[in-house]
Amino acid sequence: MNIKKSMLNLFTALAILCALLLLWQGLIWLFNIQPYLLPSPKAVAHAVVTRFPSLMTSLGITAMEAAVGLAGSLVVGILIALLFAQSPWVRKMFYPYTILLQTVPIVAIAPLILMWVGTGIGSVMLVAFIICLAPIIANTTQGLISVDRNMVDLFLMHNASRPQVLLKLRMPHALPSIFTGIRISAGIAVIGAITGELFGGASRVGVGGIGYAIQYASSQLETDYLFALVFAASVLGFAFFFVTMFLEWYFLHEWHESARSVDDE
Amino acid sequence: METMSKADATAVVANTVAVATVLEPAISLKGATKRYGTRTPGATILDGIDLTVAKKEFVSIIGPSGCGKSTLLKLVAGLNPITKGTIAIDGMTPANAREIVSFIFQDATLLPWRTVRENVVLGLELEGIARARRSEKVDAVLKMVGLAHVADRFPRELSGGMKMRVSIARALATRPKVLLLDEPFAALDEMTRDRINEDLLKLREEQEWTALFVTHSVAEAVFLSTRILVLAPYPGRIAHDIAVDLPFPRNEETRSTPQYEQYVVEVSRALRGVSKA
Repeated sequence: MNIKKSMLNLFTALAILCALLLLWQGLIWLFNIQPYLLPSPKAVAHAVVTRFPSLMTSLGITAMEAAVGLAGSLVVGILIALLFAQSPWVRKMFYPYTILLQTVPIVAIAPLILMWVGTGIGSVMLVAFIICLAPIIANTTQGLISVDRNMVDLFLMHNASRPQVLLKLRMPHALPSIFTGIRISAGIAVIGAITGELFGGASRVGVGGIGYAIQYASSQLETDYLFALVFAASVLGFAFFFVTMFLEWYFLHEWHESARSVDDE
Repeated sequence: METMSKADATAVVANTVAVATVLEPAISLKGATKRYGTRTPGATILDGIDLTVAKKEFVSIIGPSGCGKSTLLKLVAGLNPITKGTIAIDGMTPANAREIVSFIFQDATLLPWRTVRENVVLGLELEGIARARRSEKVDAVLKMVGLAHVADRFPRELSGGMKMRVSIARALATRPKVLLLDEPFAALDEMTRDRINEDLLKLREEQEWTALFVTHSVAEAVFLSTRILVLAPYPGRIAHDIAVDLPFPRNEETRSTPQYEQYVVEVSRALRGVSKA
């Protein structure tokens, strides 16, 4: 029953994909669009195949930058959240700056960062890190402080120490919220990395992540390869999202309702 | 003659010691007062509560909302600081007595990421009991509350009644001398509640703890208690102190005896008296 259902879902998705490809090709035929403006699906597929090694190199670089940025924001974000969870006073003082971190347009500060830190993979990671940080801090803090008062009292009744309350109560309680933060950040980590690369993400001439390659391809009017890169970027974003979803399910499905509903549906 | 009197004296001393250990109160409150804020006179929650609970007593606290019965329990647990007066548990301050006290909350307060067994072990774990001794104790207490078959399930897979049993098991696993219960069965349906009440008394026969039990239900209070305190509100104070002399063991049949019904009537009347205002 379930397999039948998912087969049907897969079939619908494929049908929609075919329809979109047909529409794409149809537009080119109908309006006689030049390949440098809109390459045909076939040309894009050709670009993917012939330039597969460089495409994969770019994809790998961007994936690595986004992953390191995300991992870094996870570590730093949780540490900051632990600090925020210590007292409402600390929270009131510093929380507004977290929001600032989220509202500041990354496109605007990316050139600054590259100016200060220099071009290269490191600064791109930093851009990804900054863009990922706020959701992790906000969600983790929320998770840490929203523990039921009675649960804390229960721990106190057993003479639990502060570290025990943190490790055995607040942290596991915050886990679903932390995963919500990761899920949000995973999507924007890839965007952050590509944004960073657009402003000079080449470690040496000719080699760079997707953002760098997009810029290069557009300057060379290699529109077919540009399309291939955009698709690669989307696939990467999807892969990040999928991996976090899987991790969330893996760690939470036994006890948490939100993760459970995924495998029930 | 001289030896005689000496022996006599020893006997007297021994006797006094024996009496003292029997009569030494498990819980004693003297002039316990709780006030919120500093000035407003209306903010007195509890006013000069004097109470002595002997060992093995099962004392229920009942009263209209606002009488401070839950606050009283939190004071005894040391979870809420007292404004004036003293509280002693086995001669210790509430904060120092935590090793011999267990608290059962209104809801089961189970950690959802832990299985039943891991939840029950929590108290022992936090108190630093060695791993090997822990599991032995947990197995015993799970069997006692009839949960051995769901030991490896997660709380969300359990019914409300079962969750409460896990909560009881967790509280009893540390072998407390004093059990504080804050309306623990309020959310359960009547059938489940009655059955858990019966089981609680059975557990009391095996483990000898003193209980301080806050409840809204007169019937529950009468069934469980050796003594019922009726609290009056604004400010919270003890209005009636009713001894319940129903014989133990109590079971389903106890509820249909005339004496039981008489107590229910008496306590209900007392409760209505203090709720009038």
